[in-house]
Amino acid sequence: MMTNPMQRLTQGQFSFLPDLSDAEIKQQIEYGLEKGYAWSVEYTDDPHPRNTFWEMFGMPMFDLKDAAGVMMELAACRKTFPNHYIRMMAFDSTRNVESITMSFIVNRPPSEPGFGLVRQEVQGRSLRYTVQGYSSAKPEGERY
Amino acid sequence: MATIAANTAVNEPGPSQDKAATVDLQAIIRETQVGEVLDQLDRELVGLVPVKRRIREIAAYLAVTRARKALNLDASPPSLHMCFTGNPGTGKTTVALRMAEILHRLGYVRKGHVVSVTRDDLVGQYIGHTAPKTKEVLKKAMGGVLFIDEAYYLYRPENERDYGQEAIEILLQVMENNRDDLVVILAGYKNRMDTFFQSNPGMSSRIAHHIDFPDYSAEELLLIARKMVEQMHYRFNAGAETAMREYIAARLTQPNFANARSIRNALDRARLRQANRLFESPYGIDMEALMSLSEPDIRASRVFTQGSGGEAETGG
Repeated sequence: MMTNPMQRLTQGQFSFLPDLSDAEIKQQIEYGLEKGYAWSVEYTDDPHPRNTFWEMFGMPMFDLKDAAGVMMELAACRKTFPNHYIRMMAFDSTRNVESITMSFIVNRPPSEPGFGLVRQEVQGRSLRYTVQGYSSAKPEGERY
Repeated sequence: MATIAANTAVNEPGPSQDKAATVDLQAIIRETQVGEVLDQLDRELVGLVPVKRRIREIAAYLAVTRARKALNLDASPPSLHMCFTGNPGTGKTTVALRMAEILHRLGYVRKGHVVSVTRDDLVGQYIGHTAPKTKEVLKKAMGGVLFIDEAYYLYRPENERDYGQEAIEILLQVMENNRDDLVVILAGYKNRMDTFFQSNPGMSSRIAHHIDFPDYSAEELLLIARKMVEQMHYRFNAGAETAMREYIAARLTQPNFANARSIRNALDRARLRQANRLFESPYGIDMEALMSLSEPDIRASRVFTQGSGGEAETGG
């Protein structure tokens, strides 16, 4: 059985669907804005599942009314990092929620080799497992 | 509504269009309820005849653009960036708020909110601070109207390293590229805006509508005073209105006159005096007394006692 038959990173919302078009992304953003979320754009070329903190592209955008502003920021990020993973995050600032409520990938590198499992034998027959991206061996900025 | 009421259909020939196709312009006007906003503008704002005429024209133009769109007559969306010039207190901000509503009703802007900023909100303190700051404001204004008050402060010719120029460049770029996402309205005093445009020709040419707000006449100012008093749930009693008329005539000749704003300040001070008068009154007070501004409240103003001596806006 293949563990990554689609050759796609599946993190966040909509990741098992085909890539969202710009119009669809805009609709999602519009939905979040209606709920009062603050959108932000993040990017990385190290999409390890444990790497929860990606790099921020600009500040989170509070007090926006329309998706056009967020789309402008996304366009700028895509221009700067065309081959990186880019995701949109919606922050809900409601008291006692104060966390990310939506997150989905909007930009992917052309080829996604995925992750390998490294087995380390320790103390007799025990095994320790490590998940390692196939492209993570290369230096930052040259991975995809 | 007469100016927009072109109840015949759009009948310009369109590319490969059925020339007999009609569209009901009145239906568009009814459905968007833009007439209501225009009427409200007429009712609530005193004077400003050229401004109202221009706004009607813009509303009519947008309604016709919608009608054309319904018949697939292609046209790039009109540029609606505006510049409001006029003396202080002539209603530039108020009209900008109404403008946003009109544009929203006619579907030109998607959300119809107004983001009101001044130089401080756009220009940064140090190198590299301006661009993100300006962009943040622009992003907030998307889908609505960006109202830049005292816009001429953005450009400071005396300091060539001023960051204002950078803000202007970003503004211009977004005004051009995101034309259907936001409308920029610049406001400021006439002569200073003129020098601002002279030094920034790119800005001037990107703004399609230059609207000049005339000063109010004494008669209009009295009308404004009446409306304000009504809004504050007060009323002028017998002599007070004559006193107000004389006050306006006297105030007009003095420096630092800020049209409606001066009237508002004068009324605020009259309210203070009225409160003080009631406070010191030994008798019981009824609703009538609480509501009425009387002649001495207005006559006590320094405008009357000082004659045409220079009275500051803070004076009585």
